[in-house]
Amino acid sequence: MPFQPIKFYQTGSFVVGNRLLSEDQRSVQSSQARTNSLTLGHRACQGCGEALGARYALDAAMRATDNQMVVANATGCLEVFTTPFPETSWQIPWIHSLFGNSAAVGTGIAAALRSKGRQDIRVVAQAGDGGTVDIGFGPLSGMFERNDDVLFICYDNEAYMNTGVQRSGATPPAARTATTDAVGPHPGEDFGKGKNLPLIAMAHEIPYVATATVAELRDLEYKVEKAMSFHGARYIHVLVPCPLGWGSAPSDTIRLSRMAKETGLFPVFEAEGGEVTSVSNIRHQLPVEEYLRPQRRYQHLFRPQPDTETIGRIQAIADKNISRFGLLNGEPK
Amino acid sequence: MERPFAITLEVGSSRHNKTGTWRVERPVYVDRLPPCNDACPAGENIQGWLYHAESGDYESAWRKLMEDNPLPAVMGRVCYHPCQTACNRGKLDEEVGINSVEHFLGDIALDKGWMPETAATDTGRTALIIGAGPSGLSAAYHLRRLGHTVTIYEAGANPGGMMRYGIPKYRLPREVLDAEIRRIEAMGVEIVLNHKVDDLAAVLAEKRFDAVFLAIGAEIGKRAYVPAGESARILDAVSFLHSMEGQAPPLLGRRVAIYGGGNTAMDAARTAKRLGATDAVVVYRRTRDRMPAHDVEVEEAVEEGVEMRWLSTVKHADAGKLLLEKMTLDEKGMPTPTGEFEELEADSLILALGQEVDLELLRNVDGVVATDGVVQVDRNMMTGVPGLFAGGDMVPGERTVTVGVGHGKLAARNIDAWLRGTSFSKGGRPELADFDLLNTWYYSDAPQTVRAKLDVARRRSTFDEVVQGLDESNALFEARRCLSCGNCFECDNCYGVCPDNSVIKLGPGLRYEFDYDYCKGCGICAQECPCGAIKMVPESI
Ligand SMILES: Cc1cc2nc3c(=O)[nH]c(=O)nc-3n(C[C@H](O)[C@H](O)[C@H](O)COP(=O)(O)OP(=O)(O)OC[C@H]3O[C@@H](n4cnc5c(N)ncnc54)[C@H](O)[C@@H]3O)c2cc1C
Ligand SMILES: Cc1ncc(C[n+]2csc(CCOP(=O)(O)OP(=O)(O)O)c2C)c(N)n1
Ligand code: SF4
Ligand code: SF4
Ligand code: SF4
Ligand SMILES: [Mg+2]
Repeated sequence: MPFQPIKFYQTGSFVVGNRLLSEDQRSVQSSQARTNSLTLGHRACQGCGEALGARYALDAAMRATDNQMVVANATGCLEVFTTPFPETSWQIPWIHSLFGNSAAVGTGIAAALRSKGRQDIRVVAQAGDGGTVDIGFGPLSGMFERNDDVLFICYDNEAYMNTGVQRSGATPPAARTATTDAVGPHPGEDFGKGKNLPLIAMAHEIPYVATATVAELRDLEYKVEKAMSFHGARYIHVLVPCPLGWGSAPSDTIRLSRMAKETGLFPVFEAEGGEVTSVSNIRHQLPVEEYLRPQRRYQHLFRPQPDTETIGRIQAIADKNISRFGLLNGEPK
Repeated sequence: MERPFAITLEVGSSRHNKTGTWRVERPVYVDRLPPCNDACPAGENIQGWLYHAESGDYESAWRKLMEDNPLPAVMGRVCYHPCQTACNRGKLDEEVGINSVEHFLGDIALDKGWMPETAATDTGRTALIIGAGPSGLSAAYHLRRLGHTVTIYEAGANPGGMMRYGIPKYRLPREVLDAEIRRIEAMGVEIVLNHKVDDLAAVLAEKRFDAVFLAIGAEIGKRAYVPAGESARILDAVSFLHSMEGQAPPLLGRRVAIYGGGNTAMDAARTAKRLGATDAVVVYRRTRDRMPAHDVEVEEAVEEGVEMRWLSTVKHADAGKLLLEKMTLDEKGMPTPTGEFEELEADSLILALGQEVDLELLRNVDGVVATDGVVQVDRNMMTGVPGLFAGGDMVPGERTVTVGVGHGKLAARNIDAWLRGTSFSKGGRPELADFDLLNTWYYSDAPQTVRAKLDVARRRSTFDEVVQGLDESNALFEARRCLSCGNCFECDNCYGVCPDNSVIKLGPGLRYEFDYDYCKGCGICAQECPCGAIKMVPESI
């Protein structure tokens, strides 16, 4: 079962809080006592989805672990905008390592805790999509294979944002980045490339894999809490729009996350032991065009004329996700 | 101080970095005017009282409602609810059943015996109100709440005006009306019954009252000239409906025709049916879509077996039959005769062609201007005579109970100011909470709950109330369908979605504040507020 929305209370559980729900039905984020793992004054861009996603996920993990938690962080925006020496925005035990090895560092911390008999302290390792699907992939796959007791969270903004928007293995087809320029016969990222890390993680048959977005906080919190109920390797992949890299309005961060899910381009699901156990249904289906149009990284698809062929190929990806995961009726094929 | 190897500075918090300086636009919390409130002729803060009803606090909801309208149980039955027509939820699925929740609140208050608040101290100022219809009662209630001493002179044997002598029982049970009026009396309003004011000048000359509010309604049925044979039976709808209160009902015969297309015509037809008429036929010059009667009233009448004769005028009335002329609408929509005639069997003809104001009592008063048969008032509801105010059906405007109540309230606030030697100002009108300002993603999908209706067989033969109230769980559900347009309902979204933790949650009932030291002005909070209660405004440089 995915997170079960609470119905008929005006906004039910679609919103962060809702005064009509009892305290125990409300989100971690609605609480005045939330950890604020990531505090004020960080230097993320206006409307940064990664800053939001990290606070959402880590505050939920802090609650789930009763504040007994260590986080290992890879290089990337999340590290750079939070810790310009000598300041830090982290209000939790947090360690920086390198671009490619946060999974390995997490594994090491877990091993150290085990040998010290501190099974009560849980470990989270996190990275951007580059640090996850590209350079960090080897250590991560090893962590999965060994079933190390670490929750790995990937904040996917679909490119290397920290170093100036270069493509990663998570950059979607047709998206413009600094290294996939909008020139030539096939502008933007090529079709048929890239890696789907949630599916690769599932192939390792680890206890728990989930995807989420910053648009559905309750679902994200539920998945973090659920991940913490397992031991062994767990993986959560969170879509976090980046206004700078995507060329979107800072105020659109949540709207775009919502649209990524509602078009079917970003399937939201969970899996245990390699099998999909639930999917989040599309609530109001949208054509991909509505998601693509507000983002400057796709503007070449609309200028001078709409490139209907390419937009159609992107729609086909969404349609495939919809049938593969059963996003309209909860029945995967 | 000793520092670890290669560390030159002490660890500090990023709080040193006041990111608020990045901002070019700042979010601000606003309270916008919900379209329902804007449309309510009584000026109710509908969103405001639904907010309390949503949490199941019906007493607070009722008290909030009572700040503007002393007759919620009546209102919940007879108001034509323009609020619902304006309701933003109508653009999403179906409008909020505001009127049915009001009905529920009105009834539960009577049930529990809740009493309205009155001013702690009496001002010692006196006001006279002429006419105990909805407008007069509303003015009395509001003036009493403000601490003034209020007397009502009422011509009739019972208070209520057209709520008693016009609106039939099957739409407004008299126990409900009596109970709400009694509550106003219990606040200390004196109603002097059987006291018709014939000469207002004489009353004013006595100088017993510091201010006077006139609300005598429009109670004379308009007569149209219908050529008729000697034995034709013709009545007017207002007197017919009036006679339903205590007097022996008039003999109508089996076949009754009603001439006119307004709500009064519907009430007369439905009443005739209940009195045993086999045929009740409404004759109207235009077509249904041009009828002034409200859709529900027409629907309910048709359900009860009332027939409609569109595009017809009465040319001649005789014993047992009418001669009708067929009409057609010209390009301006005006009915024009066709020269085609038909007969309609009818034992009596009820004229429901509108009402006029009886201005007799004003004949000796200088300074009151009446145009087109209605008394002119300024924006403060004052006539040309200082200290003499007027409202309800006797002044220009729509003629409904709700408009009357609204006039009474507005007049009371102005009379209060007049009595205190100050002036009343309504305050600035907030920006409207348009549908476009809402982020409707967040609202649960929920269709409207409909009030049950009495079965048609009983409706045709009895005066039992047709529309039944909601029960508690239905009323709660319906209240929770409200989108809270333009007014924060503490959903915590802004608090949650800010990537910069720059929304400070102050606690239940206290809402939120922005931390402008750190807010970067991204605008996510404004975009994701479900109800449009956050506005982005440019920073001044
Ligand atoms: C059949 C019918 C059905 C209606 N149905 C609805 C409905 O469903 N919903 C709705 O909103 N509106 C309805 N209306 C309209 C509504 O009833 C009136 O608009 C409303 O009652 C007007 O209020 P008022 O206070 O101005 O006047 P009234 O209600 O007419 O009250 C005036 C009062 O003044 C008294 N009075 C008159 N002259 C004097 C005098 N000289 N001295 C002392 N007292 C005097 C009268 O006895 C009366 O009590 C209906 C009207 C009719 C006729
Ligand atoms: C070995 C190594 N190569 C390159 C870099 C430079 N570098 C730092 S962060 C980064 C990209 C980060 O991308 P991603 O992991 O997607 O995180 P984002 O900044 O997008 O959040 C790169 C290339 C590095 N720090 N180390
Ligand atoms: S949704 Fe609520 S606040 Fe908005 S118009 Fe309707 S009743 Fe009023
Ligand atoms: S979401 Fe936060 S940073 Fe963005 S405008 Fe609102 S308060 Fe400011
Ligand atoms: S987002 Fe929710 S809590 Fe914030 S102002 Fe809007 S209604 Fe109020
Ligand atoms: Mg990235």
